[in-house]
Amino acid sequence: MSRFKSEATWRVLLQILALCSGAILLLILGFLAWETLPILHTIFLDQFWRDPGWYPSEQAYNLTPMVMGTLGVTVGAVLVATPLGLLSAVFCQYYAPTGVAQLYRRLIELLAGIPSVVYGLWGLVVLVPLIAKVQPPGSSLLAGTLILALMILPTIALVTDASLASLPPSYWHGSAALGLGTWATVQGICLPAIRSGLLTAVMLATARALGETMAVLMVCGNVVQVPDSIFAPVRTLTANIALEMAYALDLHRSALFASGLVLMLVVTGLVVVTDRMTDAPES
Amino acid sequence: MVRRLAIPFGKEQGATLMVWLVALGITVLFLWLLSDVIWQGGQAINGAFLTQAPIKAGLEGGIAPILVSTGLVLGVCMGVSLPLGLGTALFLTEFSPQRSHQAIRLSLDILAGVPSIVFGLFGNAFFSKVLGLGFSILSGGLTLACMVLPILIRSIQVGLVNVPHEYRQAAAALGLSRLGTLKTLILPAALPGIAVGILLGIGRAIAETAALIFTSGYVDRMPTSLLDSGRVLSIHIFDLAMNIPGGEQNAYGTALVLVILLIVINTLVSWFAERFRQSKLQIL
Repeated sequence: MSRFKSEATWRVLLQILALCSGAILLLILGFLAWETLPILHTIFLDQFWRDPGWYPSEQAYNLTPMVMGTLGVTVGAVLVATPLGLLSAVFCQYYAPTGVAQLYRRLIELLAGIPSVVYGLWGLVVLVPLIAKVQPPGSSLLAGTLILALMILPTIALVTDASLASLPPSYWHGSAALGLGTWATVQGICLPAIRSGLLTAVMLATARALGETMAVLMVCGNVVQVPDSIFAPVRTLTANIALEMAYALDLHRSALFASGLVLMLVVTGLVVVTDRMTDAPES
Repeated sequence: MVRRLAIPFGKEQGATLMVWLVALGITVLFLWLLSDVIWQGGQAINGAFLTQAPIKAGLEGGIAPILVSTGLVLGVCMGVSLPLGLGTALFLTEFSPQRSHQAIRLSLDILAGVPSIVFGLFGNAFFSKVLGLGFSILSGGLTLACMVLPILIRSIQVGLVNVPHEYRQAAAALGLSRLGTLKTLILPAALPGIAVGILLGIGRAIAETAALIFTSGYVDRMPTSLLDSGRVLSIHIFDLAMNIPGGEQNAYGTALVLVILLIVINTLVSWFAERFRQSKLQIL
């Protein structure tokens, strides 16, 4: 009898642990919401985009410049990284000899594992001075876009690579029978066939770019302004939190939590949609 | 469709050239980044760099207290997340009914995508403020524990699921209890998978910066307890590069240490993963 009892005890114990793990997300949402409440009680929601600017000490909380900064670097990075990541996966699957492909894949995996602060350091020391030669000050929307693109490229390349690898070989047999070349097959058959995989890759990369903090904090210049050119310094939402959290009090702190909450909800939305897409059977 | 497939002859060569150029370009960029870190970092690293305390905010001296803080933060992180993660993975793969399974899985998938700065906000609000731990190694480690949990659970689950079904059938045929099967058969067989999970978790935790800025803090002294603030490697790199004029050299040195640690972890991951595959092949 004792055997069953101990099994039941273990079951309950494991269930409690699992519930704890599952509850962390709710805990995070709860705390972000709790810390956001004070500012929602005090100001109107539209002040986040109608206030004269971001001057937390004077109760002005316009987040528009930061939202524009985040959108700017994210959209730019995704636009740069998607074609490159896609071609890089095509290279691995269809163009490179097996040995080269393996080596290249290993390299991309390494690239994916490099910490964002190291990307930021490299961007700050190498990339920013290069851009400054073209158009000072160097720390800019462009620098952030390029560094972010480099960081999300492995995500796109690896996910697309896996989708391409899952295509049935019969596609290639068919196209070979039709006398099509490699690129014609890739363009006409393989890429249309992995559309949903590619979309997943892009959405994961977007989520990563939206939430990225350290690299953009180090190369974007962090001036609170709506950028008027790609050489203008910008501040993203994440950089804003990282810069000001240390000394923010009361409503200022609450405003930072509000921007964190929005960021989290947007990223969560992307993840849930991606999840649904991956779960849905391919047609 | 037909029109799209009718591609003029020269296009194939052009495409081949383009694909190779892209791959070459990415390789060159990557090697540039890596060689930069190795070259500049190599000049900063020596025995003293690893064993001395930082002097003048890190401009001189080494990173010894920072290595210790990093180790302690990782220790707290894995000490908390491993039992939690192992328990959750076991429950999800071996015991759970389908419905709660779905809910917990979705929650973990979302958790995996939450930006690290949001974990930092949460850690600051919960561990530092509400639990009163302040800026400390403990707050930082606990924050990271929440962050690595999804990756840990997923890898352990893969390890458990990959244990051949014949094991369970054989154990059931021998009349072993589910708990006995778990302890004597499934856990040992899944051990390399669990090791991969732990290593991936450490890799994610050690690379993290944003979640630690306002949980474990900036203090670069040697920590004397888990309630002290401690500066980890990645924050040291950030601070040297951004806030200390002339700090790039030692920032590169610290970055090289970090990258070497990550490469070691990655190599161990592949080694364990390979071993896992082989051990299964032998038994089957």
